[in-house]
Amino acid sequence: MADSSIAVQNAHGEAQNPALLHHFAEPEQQRNAASLGMWVFLGTEVMFFGGLFVSYLVYRLWYFGDFGAASKTLNVKLGATNTAFLICSSLTVVLAVWAAQTARRTLLLVSLGLTLLLGLAFLGIKGIEYHDKFVEHHVPGASFSFEHEKIPGHPDHYANAQHAQIYFALYFIMTGLHALHMIVGIGIFLWLFTMAWKGRFTPEYNTPVEIGGLYWHFVDIIWIYLFPLLYLIDQHP
Amino acid sequence: MSMATAKAQITERENYLNKEYGIGSWLLTTDHKRIALLYLISITFFFFIGGFFALLIRLELLTPAGDLVQADTYNKLFTMHGMVMVFFFLIPSIPAVLGNFLVPLMIGAKDLAFPRINLLSWYLYIIGGIMMTHCMLTGGVDTGWTFYVPYSIGTNTKFVEAGLAIFVAGFSSILTGLNFVVTIHRMRAPGMTWSRLPLFIWAHYATSIIQLLGTPVIAITILLVAAERVLHLGIFDPKLGGDPVLFQHLFWFYSHPAVYIMILPSMGVVSEVIACYARKRPFGYAFIALSSIAIAVFGFLVWAHHLFVAGISIYAALVFSMLSYAVAVPSAVKVFNWTATLYKGSIHYDAPMLYMFGFIGLFTMGGLTGLFLAALGIDVHVTDTYFVIAHFHYIMVGGAVMGYLGGMHFWWPKISGKLYPEGWAKLAALVVFIGFNLTFFPQFVLGYLGMPRRYWDYSHMPEFQVLNVLSTAGATILGVGYLLPMMYFLWSMRYGKPAAENPWNAAGLEWKTASPPPTFNFDTEPVVTWEAYNYEELDAPQIQEVPVGR
Repeated sequence: MADSSIAVQNAHGEAQNPALLHHFAEPEQQRNAASLGMWVFLGTEVMFFGGLFVSYLVYRLWYFGDFGAASKTLNVKLGATNTAFLICSSLTVVLAVWAAQTARRTLLLVSLGLTLLLGLAFLGIKGIEYHDKFVEHHVPGASFSFEHEKIPGHPDHYANAQHAQIYFALYFIMTGLHALHMIVGIGIFLWLFTMAWKGRFTPEYNTPVEIGGLYWHFVDIIWIYLFPLLYLIDQHP
Repeated sequence: MSMATAKAQITERENYLNKEYGIGSWLLTTDHKRIALLYLISITFFFFIGGFFALLIRLELLTPAGDLVQADTYNKLFTMHGMVMVFFFLIPSIPAVLGNFLVPLMIGAKDLAFPRINLLSWYLYIIGGIMMTHCMLTGGVDTGWTFYVPYSIGTNTKFVEAGLAIFVAGFSSILTGLNFVVTIHRMRAPGMTWSRLPLFIWAHYATSIIQLLGTPVIAITILLVAAERVLHLGIFDPKLGGDPVLFQHLFWFYSHPAVYIMILPSMGVVSEVIACYARKRPFGYAFIALSSIAIAVFGFLVWAHHLFVAGISIYAALVFSMLSYAVAVPSAVKVFNWTATLYKGSIHYDAPMLYMFGFIGLFTMGGLTGLFLAALGIDVHVTDTYFVIAHFHYIMVGGAVMGYLGGMHFWWPKISGKLYPEGWAKLAALVVFIGFNLTFFPQFVLGYLGMPRRYWDYSHMPEFQVLNVLSTAGATILGVGYLLPMMYFLWSMRYGKPAAENPWNAAGLEWKTASPPPTFNFDTEPVVTWEAYNYEELDAPQIQEVPVGR
């Protein structure tokens, strides 16, 4: 017993946070390091998706009309619903961070739970959309078919199926990688929920909620760019 | 305290090497110094694999006829040589070994900010390495290390596996860079301000920025090529409406800055070693520090000079040509400042310093020939010839590897606690220098005269044989030069003389702790009250009595 009581005291004899890792001088330094680490990681994620956005930009300019025709086949209502879900989940994440910082246990658990539900609902709707595309033979590959789709604004011109296939390839890769990030985020939030259930987060120690939240916001923001680029490029009143 | 423990403390101080034994204490360690050694062993393995391929390439080119290996085998040899050397040796070399070991020591931290992520980065490297080795053993790839589309979409060799191996190793590189950036920002000891940081740290900070911003782009590019191969999407395949030049843009957006991932840490080593063996603060400290950042920034703006013959717009080519000239400015700042540091220094010609002289000379040649290639007219003439091969080997081997070897010698006493044999080390430095120049200088001439790269058989141009024989002879000497340090480093671990805390009387926090250091680096947390490279203070009282080195 004597040993363990020594272990949680620092040089000044004050009780030390058990979550403080050995190589940090104080909790403040540890939190700053974790937070900066997540920001830097999100910087690499921007570059990762950046390669895709550049490819999208190039082909959107090359095959302008074909991209418009392909975009029109997406279900804007489902996409808009998903956008609303993610924006709401960003609110619940912010509430979770605030609840953890101010020791509101019930609000923390409810916010984390709601975030998880909204994330799962997003993935469910995404699954329905993927299924629809599969049924319509809009998945690139051997069974891909894009016949008799007219280019918006040019009623005499049919869209080029190959060029539309590039649109759908980018659509599936971009939304697929985004969905993969959502799945990782749901894993993180399940873990946060378990930790919150066990009462691990206090006003002094809540960094995991904060940086998990940063990650969630980032995944939301990617979607905020994907939605107009993929769904709304050819919507006219 | 009992007599037995007191005696044990006298005979051998506890350090990071003898604290724990057993394979588990290494494979599950989170100590940055042990992870550095894990990396050292793994990258040395891949260095000799890559070197073996290089020797086979040189042997094939000994005669004009394609007689040693089949044409397909030759394509695989130069591909695997490039992929292994670039992604599994040069990119991790100095950052993952010397950087891992020294960054926390130099800034007075107990460890990197994320020790477990550091271990994860090694495991990712190993997973990538196993995939690459498996790929090599089951047939390999023949695309060239640049895996240009559309060839890499169509080839029947195992591109997907090699690509994913590079993808995984890339994440290892990202995590190392992330750890360094956060550590340098958040873990500096009291008094270790940005203007007191060793130039090695500045170089690693700049390197990390490139790793963080560049590597994700090659990752997504590899995914797209792999998806294109498997699913025929049309993103890069011109037959399906895709754009192969877009691939080249994305590829070189990472792969040109990657050259600076290789050379910048080496430049950091040069700044440390030259200051110590000239006994002077580096001339223009701030300029050397900021030129590292400038190289990282400019390095991202020059990628399209690899595309001058790919059909890009002449105006884009002009702009990229001009920007490529601009990146030479911060590089030249470094070379001039190192040279100015030597001026009126009290120079000691010890082995690490010999490597640094090699670095400065070879890097300057590699850099100047880079300017030839940045000039549009000359570039068109020598594109895809041995001139290009010689140019980037002067940077990557003459520069990066020279710096790596010099750094390994300089910090070996700190890493192992033992001194290496100085005579052998000087000999090895000389052999490497001679071997290197004999291998690669003839290739400048060959390329200028028109020998194309990646040719297996040059029997229709037999006049090139003499230069090729010289190059192959040089490669053999170079191989010996690389084997020597490995052998005497291993020898010194058992038989070398014990090293003192600061055998070179060098400045820097890493020399103010035991050799080898204890697990948490310092017995008491260091507080920095002096400027970096205070060699004048170090030498002032005993300038007559204490010679540097041995």
